[in-house]
Amino acid sequence: MKAYLQTFTRYRHLLMDLVARDLKVKYRRSALGFLWSILNPILMALVIAVVFSQMFKFKQPYYASYYLTGALIFNFMSEATSNSLTSVISGASLIKKVYLPKYIFPLQKTVFAFVNMLFSLVAVIVMMLIDGVPFHWTMLLFPIPMIYVFVFTVGLSLLLATLNVFFRDVGHLYSVFITAWMYLTPLIYPESLLTDTRLGSFTLMSIVQFNPMYYYVTYFRRVVMDGVIPGLEVNLICAACSLFFLVLGVWAFKRKQDKFILYV
Amino acid sequence: MPNAIEVNNVTMKFNMSKDKVDSIKEYFIKMCKRQLRFEEFTALQNVSVNIEKGDVFGIVGLNGSGKSTFLKVVSGILKPTEGWAKTYGTISPLIELGAGFDMDLTARENVLLNGLVLGYTKKHMKEKFDEIIEFAELQDFVDVALKNFSSGMVARLGFAVATITKPDILIVDEILSVGDFLFQQKCEERIKELMANDTTVLIVSHSIEQIERLCKHVMWLDHGNVKMLGDMKTVCDAYKSM
Repeated sequence: MKAYLQTFTRYRHLLMDLVARDLKVKYRRSALGFLWSILNPILMALVIAVVFSQMFKFKQPYYASYYLTGALIFNFMSEATSNSLTSVISGASLIKKVYLPKYIFPLQKTVFAFVNMLFSLVAVIVMMLIDGVPFHWTMLLFPIPMIYVFVFTVGLSLLLATLNVFFRDVGHLYSVFITAWMYLTPLIYPESLLTDTRLGSFTLMSIVQFNPMYYYVTYFRRVVMDGVIPGLEVNLICAACSLFFLVLGVWAFKRKQDKFILYV
Repeated sequence: MPNAIEVNNVTMKFNMSKDKVDSIKEYFIKMCKRQLRFEEFTALQNVSVNIEKGDVFGIVGLNGSGKSTFLKVVSGILKPTEGWAKTYGTISPLIELGAGFDMDLTARENVLLNGLVLGYTKKHMKEKFDEIIEFAELQDFVDVALKNFSSGMVARLGFAVATITKPDILIVDEILSVGDFLFQQKCEERIKELMANDTTVLIVSHSIEQIERLCKHVMWLDHGNVKMLGDMKTVCDAYKSM
């Protein structure tokens, strides 16, 4: 364990440099640069808000802010995992020539997405000011759901990166999967729809309750928009999901990482 | 002298699957048809060797005898199928020309990146930057993308980065044969300097003269087996008279 921590501290400079490089690449040759990370979500939220609150008549107060808070959390997870998926394969040239801890690659992509989420957080604040969402002191608890979802995403990223080395189908399948996942998370529709929509004798909620992202997204909304601190039960669910996926991802990755070099 | 590298009974096998299975569909079809056959290829067979600290150790052998695989096992890139390899101290591997170089980046960025990949800090690399460029004689090309470099220039840069911070173990695979003779001399001088500093050097070379000039001990690999292991003179003479 101590040796692992030592390796990690030794390579954290590399991790930070790789993330910084990703950021530079992302904003190269755009006049507004980093501002796009803030502007883009706002514009996107406005489009979604016009379509769904005007055309589809969703009854949701502060719709644009509602959408943006959910999308912030979900898009982080979606971006991080989709990029991590191919990260080990794209790192092949390094893996084959020098020794370095292989988890650097999925971790790089996850941290990069996390930094992007922090930029977009500014967009959320701007949007909430525009919408006139009242201030609650619970807003200051916003890092808690972010930490939950970060831990969850690290685990899932490690798992997907491992799977994709051996079966390249995972990459193709995942983009479909993430779309379905997005619709099973209350991002664009109001949370009330979950209990109102009936599928035979079940409500939509009976499926969605198995979706970890549902808990992270609603946790974030509760503290940021509703001024409510989620109870112990929700916290336990969030923590358990995050830790379960972290352990699963680390276990799978560690077990298979020595074989990566033979398949990339 | 304590050991710097211990290699114990290492066997390295590769699956040479006749057709690469990398989709789930193929995997299941092949599994059902019981066609998941792998032909095993043994690159190293029960190799054991202890290398003392400060030794300059050469490896000779024909193409495909497992020299590069051995170096990759020692540097931790490959995990052996059986047995284990242990190293004590920091390793600088020069397994391939410009390992870990990104061809789209400039020399300056690559020096930094390569240093970080080897586990050094950014600050350290910035301090050493001028020294590296001077040794590699690339002062005029600092901000040129590496893809525009000749292979000799890339090799020089790679060697300069790997040796600038006196590693405990330096692993050199065949790369000294690239630069011109002046640079080769410079590299050999640097290796001798490192030797004086107790760095353990592991060299693979097809140039038997180079091995004779630099090494104290030599291992002769033949089809993954250790054919001979001992002091330079005995092994080199036997190898030449093969």
